[in-house]
Amino acid sequence: MQIYVCLKHVPDTVAMINIVGDAGFDESVKFVMNPYDEYAVEEALKIVKQEGGEVIAVTVGKEAAASTIRYAMAMGAHRGIHIQADAQWVDSMVTSQALKKVIHADGTPDLIFTGKQSVDGEGMQTHYRLAAALDMPAVNEVTTFSIQEGKAVAEREVGGGEREMLEISLPCVVGASKGLNEPRYPKMTEIIKSKKKKIDQFNLADLGLETPAASSELLKLEEMPERGQAKMIGGSPKEMAEELVQRLREDAKVL
Amino acid sequence: MLRTGVLTEMNDNRVREANFGVIAGAREGDDEVYAFPVNGTADACKDAVQTYGVEKVVDLAVEGAELSSDPETLAKAIADAVRHFELKALLGLNSPRGRDLLARIATILDAPLALDCLKVDLGQGIVTKSHFSGKTLATLKLSGTPLICGIRPNAIRSRPDPREADILPYQASVEGAGRIRVKEVKKAESETIDLTEANIIISGGRPMNSAENFKVLHECADALGGAAVGASRAAVDAGFAPHDMQVGQTGKTVSPQLYIACGISGSIQHFAGMKTAKVIVAVNTDEEAPIFGKCDYGLVGDLFEVVLALTEVLKASS
Repeated sequence: MQIYVCLKHVPDTVAMINIVGDAGFDESVKFVMNPYDEYAVEEALKIVKQEGGEVIAVTVGKEAAASTIRYAMAMGAHRGIHIQADAQWVDSMVTSQALKKVIHADGTPDLIFTGKQSVDGEGMQTHYRLAAALDMPAVNEVTTFSIQEGKAVAEREVGGGEREMLEISLPCVVGASKGLNEPRYPKMTEIIKSKKKKIDQFNLADLGLETPAASSELLKLEEMPERGQAKMIGGSPKEMAEELVQRLREDAKVL
Repeated sequence: MLRTGVLTEMNDNRVREANFGVIAGAREGDDEVYAFPVNGTADACKDAVQTYGVEKVVDLAVEGAELSSDPETLAKAIADAVRHFELKALLGLNSPRGRDLLARIATILDAPLALDCLKVDLGQGIVTKSHFSGKTLATLKLSGTPLICGIRPNAIRSRPDPREADILPYQASVEGAGRIRVKEVKKAESETIDLTEANIIISGGRPMNSAENFKVLHECADALGGAAVGASRAAVDAGFAPHDMQVGQTGKTVSPQLYIACGISGSIQHFAGMKTAKVIVAVNTDEEAPIFGKCDYGLVGDLFEVVLALTEVLKASS
């Protein structure tokens, strides 16, 4: 099996985001592999262990994004493809076209995994657009996955605890959610080995992509509005409960 | 008059409450609103949505295809109808089913897509949504047509605007995709209120100490008139609550009227999932807990004592 895993290099979830200018942010914070992509890499490795084949880690990102490919390789991915971009934000339509182009030129995917969304742009659409570009079906927010009789079988939550079991024809694109597996921590020996693995380099600007029909442009980033000083309520548990209920009813009007 | 479509999600043939806010979002530009029932009948949909200003309910069919078990064919059919009725925008709930369908439709139409929007200005093509998992607010300009937006449940208040809607039968001229099949739908084990659509949520953290103790929160939730119960990542990781209940960066993003955090210290990741709640109440034994710096009402005390007292006060005064 040839399994491609599409990754994004993103600011660590615990990092403070400091806004710079209208729509920029201080990029000197620690960056990591998008957390949901770890489930994608792990799942690809599990399948290749059973079925044989190779796992190829692909990313569109700045030069530093190579460390996310190295991390995937330290987890066990066999090789990597890095499409260099000059910005953290690349439109999903452009990203999906770039991924399609390099994957198409590289091999024949039996499966493509990715995280259900990036935790920075939270766009949740690149994988759907990639699937359409490659004429494959896509499923997202997958929490269990297996291959049975030549088809993919996946489960996803559809709200309120309700779950859907889906059967998908192969090849397909799968967006991984938390709970799909327990991503491994790379061992030191694997980290050392990963440094010798091959990363093919491309430049986004040199791929000759057509201008997409639609786009979204980030105009402004702002801090989420913070709340004013909290009103502290004291007293015995009963007194606190009584005052809280009164305030929620009369001041906040949410009860 | 411009026309905007709204995916209307239904459960057991009833329109889910959170859809009415989405309709309000579509009505802001005074557009004519077309509802697309998903998982329910056009008749049942019409009765509910016409109260909120919907003019047309599209009764969609594809010959030889069962739309409820093939999300790709359903998306193709809706995309076909969006073209046919010349809709300038399509909105839906940012629920798992809603955002999945919206992404499929946007892909088919080569249209711009923004999910989890808190505000939309369809006239200008400008949306406001969270970035960096709720740490920042982003304003995006969407170019291309139609605009496709998923709205965070409860982010836009519903507004009644009664009228008589028409049902428009529409036979979509698409072929069944047949690549994805819903084999089975597993219902939730218990009748639970969907966290992401709840008006009131009471959540427990690590100090809940056991799965059994969540009963205390459920009792309080009942006394609050049917609130949903959530959990912090620490409580989920400790095995006290299922992942379905997790609020925060790797769990659910919620936007209720009232969020009561019990024994939750208030990590940046937890806040990412609930900071757009209208009112946040924190109960914690540690008066230095970061959550007291970011809530509306703070109560320092043992969560079990406070929650039990709260349940009693609510019961006594209801």
